Amino acid sequence: MQHTTTTHTSAAAHAHHDPGFWRTYIFSTDHKVIGIQYAVTSLAFMFFGFFLMILMRWQLAWPGQPIPVFGGILQKIVGDMAAGGVMTSDLYNSFGAMHGTIMIFLGVVPMAFAAFGNYVVPLQIGAPDMAFPRINMASYQSFVIGGIILMISFFIPGGAAQAGWTSYPPLASIIPTNGQTFWLVGMVFVITSSLLGSVNFLATIIQLRAPGMTWMRMPFFVWAQFVTGFLLLLAFPPLEAAAIMQLMDKVAGTSFFLPTGLLVSDQLAPISGGGSPLLWQHLFWFLGHPEVYVLILPAMGIVCEIICNNTRKPIWGYRSLVYSSMAIGFLSFIVWAHHMYLTGMGTAISTFFQTTTMIISIPSVIILTVFFITLWGGSIRFNTPMLFVLAFLPMFGIGGLTGLPLGLAYADLHLHDTYYVIAHFHYIVAPGTIFALFAGVYYWYPKATGRFMSEFWGKVHFWTSLFFINLVFQPMFAQGMAGMLRRMSDGGAFYGESVDASGAMANVIGAWPASVIQSNITISIAAFGLALAQIPFIVNFFVSMHNGKKVESDNPWQATTLEWQTPTPPPHGNFVGQPVAYRGPYEYSVPGAAGDFVPQNQPDAPGAPRKPASAKH
Amino acid sequence: MEIPYTVHEREDTGLYNAKVGIWLFLASEVMLFGALFSAYILLRVGASPGAWPTGLLNVPIGTVNTIVLITSSITVVMAWASLKMNQFGKFKMYQTITVLCALMFCGIKSYEYYDKFTHYEIIKHDGTVVDGHLVSQNTNEVVLHVSHKATGAATHGKEEHNAAGQPKDSAKNESASHAAGGHHDEVRVPRSEIRKMENYGPWHNTYLAIYFTLTGLHALHVIGGAAVIAYLLGPGSKMWKTEPERFTNRIEVSGLFWHFVDLVWIFLFPVLYLL
Repeated sequence: MQHTTTTHTSAAAHAHHDPGFWRTYIFSTDHKVIGIQYAVTSLAFMFFGFFLMILMRWQLAWPGQPIPVFGGILQKIVGDMAAGGVMTSDLYNSFGAMHGTIMIFLGVVPMAFAAFGNYVVPLQIGAPDMAFPRINMASYQSFVIGGIILMISFFIPGGAAQAGWTSYPPLASIIPTNGQTFWLVGMVFVITSSLLGSVNFLATIIQLRAPGMTWMRMPFFVWAQFVTGFLLLLAFPPLEAAAIMQLMDKVAGTSFFLPTGLLVSDQLAPISGGGSPLLWQHLFWFLGHPEVYVLILPAMGIVCEIICNNTRKPIWGYRSLVYSSMAIGFLSFIVWAHHMYLTGMGTAISTFFQTTTMIISIPSVIILTVFFITLWGGSIRFNTPMLFVLAFLPMFGIGGLTGLPLGLAYADLHLHDTYYVIAHFHYIVAPGTIFALFAGVYYWYPKATGRFMSEFWGKVHFWTSLFFINLVFQPMFAQGMAGMLRRMSDGGAFYGESVDASGAMANVIGAWPASVIQSNITISIAAFGLALAQIPFIVNFFVSMHNGKKVESDNPWQATTLEWQTPTPPPHGNFVGQPVAYRGPYEYSVPGAAGDFVPQNQPDAPGAPRKPASAKH
Repeated sequence: MEIPYTVHEREDTGLYNAKVGIWLFLASEVMLFGALFSAYILLRVGASPGAWPTGLLNVPIGTVNTIVLITSSITVVMAWASLKMNQFGKFKMYQTITVLCALMFCGIKSYEYYDKFTHYEIIKHDGTVVDGHLVSQNTNEVVLHVSHKATGAATHGKEEHNAAGQPKDSAKNESASHAAGGHHDEVRVPRSEIRKMENYGPWHNTYLAIYFTLTGLHALHVIGGAAVIAYLLGPGSKMWKTEPERFTNRIEVSGLFWHFVDLVWIFLFPVLYLL
């Protein structure tokens, strides 16, 4: 399966071999190029998904008002769905579904797993490339094809999928647009991509570790990717099966998820019936919940690398981290139905799943605690990557802790499907995972390009993002607790039609203070601010490629792990000679050592006393 | 630096890269088919009493197909063993049998599909049901070939209930008038009497839906596996001359996939044909 053969071509011969532009940048099998391809593509998708939400935020704050600047363009593209530049409910639903889909499946997961994993993992374990370079290329191509199919669905009559990123049937199957069919076919490609990627990552980590790179000497980032690989490998296929079945429902007229006696527009649907809508939800969340940990584990890996590097301390409790991430990986497969408390699946099942949900918070808390304790007593370098990481810790903490009430069936009855849920998981993913991804970009950028990104603009990006992102999501907790539902295309304005004498709004749950709906305006303005705050990053990212400060050594952050012990940027084949790991990944400030860090590939000086950071495994 | 362990085993894992890869891939495949089998269980358990059809498929044909696939599983491992013993000619023979078995399996499967797509259920305006294979149809009438296992009084295995849930007996009545005690009859149904006419495709009921989805996905795996094996038997076998070890590994890896495809069928056969 490899393009390399057993014939002995030297590394030098490889360096002189010029494969041309297409093979170098488009159809490359080099893990570093593929990693960068993934990074650029998924960042573009992330900004596009964010842009959809910006348009939606206008509609939520000022329902029925024409969207400024973009309204006219929108009308040209989607026609009647944005008549007069006003976002219709159909368009809102479609953007909402695609925002979730794009952010998760085309944005954050490819960025966290495929982009960073591809670039960093082989370097960190001392491998020349991934185990299957051509499968790696196929994985990226499949991802792009899936992404293109999903993008095309915006332009078909009726528009893109409208049933939310969860695509619950029967709703998803009966909305009169082929967008859902595009969604399903696109997802099959994306899932195939993730399957190929995860097989490749796991095989690489199992097989290609350099001599001396024992399991317990692997940087935690590699461990995080390893567990993530298993999650993707085993959790995605059930969604693929579900997507195939929903596709059959759409195109072959089957009734996998369509119950007997389904009425569509007061007409009995011409189907055989006998299907189960709950079956979809089970299969979907069997992926959906491990997916949450697919989003967060690589981010934790990045956080660990940057914390150790910038506190100049070994990680406190390396083994706790490793075993906790394994525990999370295992437990994440048995918590899925906590998304389904309100489906009427029964209290016994709810009790089981709320128990496992409470248990899975233990390893998550252990991981966060390990990071906090590592900060203790460190002489912290407050560079841009470290700032993002330091923000990650409390932000992820807020996201995690606000999840506990959702995990308890009783509290979830009230909070389910409200803005509280939105605030909760966005705290995990946006100022949590995405901040860690930004940190990773700032941290590994010098290795990939040989230049630093601007520290000043990095800090501008950080502080403005941190400010606005909290302003976006904090008020949503209050909105959700007041009972505001999350999928209303008018931001709850119709509740305003029933204002009682005291000025409070009547609601099925109770009286709302007017501030609940007025916060929509605050949130939307903050969201626009957050969008502006990304401009320094985008400019910085491209300008620094040619104008950034040059690195003065191959190891500008004085790091211990192997990816910094290569030429900058690493050539094809990565290392100049066979790297050998002599020690654990985080030997910073080792007492008695010459410098304040000892790279993993530095042999022991003969007779020098040294306390091993991690025992052999 | 070259990628290590592409041909030879890594000492601590005892595996070469591709073997790790295929086992991981198969783990993923287990989850894919596992999800579909779970769907089968949930749909069957959730079906209203009596609504789940049984005995729709021809067990002898399924048995033959099972034997065909098991045979191919034996030959695929014999092919690998032949290479290990440096007998390239035998390898070619065994792998040819494997590919032929795969083609035979697909042929038999297509016949079974054809049989289902030409099998119609007609609900007439008076609520009665005619169930049988299509003989001919034109704008005025539809001719179905109704088969009976026993006399008109016995309930036919293929006819369970009509749309309203009552046992159907119309076909028997129709046929009884044509040939008392006959086992095979042609029934002519005028178009004007037909309320609904549907063949036994995946849209007919959830059992057929999961049947076609599972066997269809399995058939795609058979075709894919057979294509790889055929490639390694044909143009891909040139590698035997240059890199025999690597070629043998490829045969082993494709064989592992083939065994998995067979194993899926070993589960599919009882679940869909016998239960």
